[in-house]
Amino acid sequence: MRFILRRLGFYAIAAWASLTLNFFLPHAMPGDPASAVFARFQGRMRPEELQALREAYGFSNAPLPQQYLTYLEHVLRGDFGISYSAFPSPVATVIATGLIWTVLLGGVALVLSFCLGNVLGVISAWRRGGVMDSVLPPLLLFVGSFPYFWLAMVALFFLAFQFGWFPLRHAYSDSIAPSLKLPFIGSIVSHLILPAGTILLVTIGGWMLGMRNTMIGVLAEDYITMAEAKGLSQRRVMFNYAARNALLPNITALGMSIGFILSGQILTEVVFSYPGLGYLFFKAVSNLDYPLLQGLFLMLTFGVLGANLIIDLLYIRLDPRVRAQ
Amino acid sequence: MEVKDQRIEIDQRITIEPTPVGQLTPIAIQAAPPARREWLTRLLRNRKALVGAVLILFFLLVALLAPLIAPNDPSDFVAAPNQAPSREYIFGTTGQGQDVFAQTVWGARISLGVGFTVGFFITIFGAIIGLTAAYFGGRVDDILSLITNVVLVIPGLPLLVTLAAFLPPGPLTILFVLSITSWAWNARVFRSQALSLREKDFVSASIVSGESSTHIIFREILPNMSSIVAAAFLGSTLYGIGAEAGLEFLGLGNVSLVSWGTILYWAGNNAGLLTGAWWTFVPAGLCIALVAFGLAMMNYAMDEITNPRLRAEKETARVLKDRSLRNARATPVVRSSAP
Repeated sequence: MRFILRRLGFYAIAAWASLTLNFFLPHAMPGDPASAVFARFQGRMRPEELQALREAYGFSNAPLPQQYLTYLEHVLRGDFGISYSAFPSPVATVIATGLIWTVLLGGVALVLSFCLGNVLGVISAWRRGGVMDSVLPPLLLFVGSFPYFWLAMVALFFLAFQFGWFPLRHAYSDSIAPSLKLPFIGSIVSHLILPAGTILLVTIGGWMLGMRNTMIGVLAEDYITMAEAKGLSQRRVMFNYAARNALLPNITALGMSIGFILSGQILTEVVFSYPGLGYLFFKAVSNLDYPLLQGLFLMLTFGVLGANLIIDLLYIRLDPRVRAQ
Repeated sequence: MEVKDQRIEIDQRITIEPTPVGQLTPIAIQAAPPARREWLTRLLRNRKALVGAVLILFFLLVALLAPLIAPNDPSDFVAAPNQAPSREYIFGTTGQGQDVFAQTVWGARISLGVGFTVGFFITIFGAIIGLTAAYFGGRVDDILSLITNVVLVIPGLPLLVTLAAFLPPGPLTILFVLSITSWAWNARVFRSQALSLREKDFVSASIVSGESSTHIIFREILPNMSSIVAAAFLGSTLYGIGAEAGLEFLGLGNVSLVSWGTILYWAGNNAGLLTGAWWTFVPAGLCIALVAFGLAMMNYAMDEITNPRLRAEKETARVLKDRSLRNARATPVVRSSAP
């Protein structure tokens, strides 16, 4: 319980830090981003909207602490201001359109990569010096050194453009109306394979090597010898005794790496024009849509904090030592 | 102040794995030759490290000798756009009719320059913060660790993009935002290593002899972590090169300058992908990947050299092969005769 409270406190501080950073960024930076955008959209904005934007942005004449409090209140209500590029939709609405796709892509890629990577790691540690153990690690190391987005570009070019095996862009085919019927789901899956596949390919090596190296240490433990001496089946020793304990460092690493994976995912979404948060982020940057940019930054940060919290809870579930404290 | 007895410990890289109980690693520790930078000589003899070093040196040379290799201005429009590789333009031309080969050669300058500088800065920042936290401990450690962990948990690219979007685009901006946001991982690694060195006798001896804190941190503790610092530098540079390319690909760099990232940005923007012009993005990406692979190989080799368990594994594999055994479960341990 104390562990959970401490973690909660930590995430609260991290969330506050990113909120504050987000508030002070436009104020601290040289130049006035707002004025650039105002100039851009002058013809299309009514004066009261302009005023609302200024306030949402913190560019009112009120003293700074008061602006800060107003800003916090707005964020707590889920009010991130109005997007310039999707004018006049509120930022929150724009973000909502991308959220589901990011969660889908990220979730599928992360779960597959984590599970597959760990299983491969277990097997290669179990058969140390075997074919899989000597071929896969250097190969995955090599693949892992490619930039995500470049690998995505190559996959897009050859598999989707040259050979036409996969769709080129978006999350589902434009010709099918969204529904829960089979053709639509099939379309989602076929659009998902390439982006998820590239993320999987780049990230799987890390899990595999991590698992392998921990597993080698765990296999030297006495309780493994004991389990073998008891005549338990190999599979049981491998997964229930060795892998279960060797998994813990990788779970810790999972929390660390969610931010990294998300960063790669943003670039992958851009390459595949996959309509998630990363693609919106890219659009916001190229359109100088600062409210959307900042809203997305907060959203992505909170997402990562939330995911970390879930992993912490999972860790408590998996490691009895933490519970006992 | 030179202290000999303590150096034995330094070659142990910290790992996140649990310490196996029934293991004979103390033997390995005693067997390690007691030289502070012994890993360096070992590194020079390692094949993985050699491959990595050759790759990196090659690209550094290309960057240095760019004016000799491709004498023309890489931004010049020299031929018709989107020409396939030919004898005249061996990498073809871009969507705007620039020579891709010249761009790739010149692009190495900014990409490697920014990458290595970022690697240098975030290693230094990480060392300062991590070592300060570990040396002073107590309240200082609490606060610095909290800051480190907060920076670590905020996702990198969104933060970078948001920061970069508010600053004027260019390599200096990228250098700046990467340096101030990416030191946290190094700080954490250095801190945990320094924590164990902090308890050593030679540190206590320095404190008693009245050395200043700065002297102890940077002249006593830091040199004893040289292999970890080197590994951190390699890893940080690896990260720097990739992150720089990513930011430029998103259009946050100065797109009128030539670097590997901006080449990819233009390839994406001029629809090089969908006109069949694969030569506009393949060379730059391959260069990034080869440099990254070189750095990763060096890092991997460092790990192999400084981690006695991994070092022992090679030996085990050889023994297993000699006796044609298929698999062995036991964790290998370095014996005194090991290389």
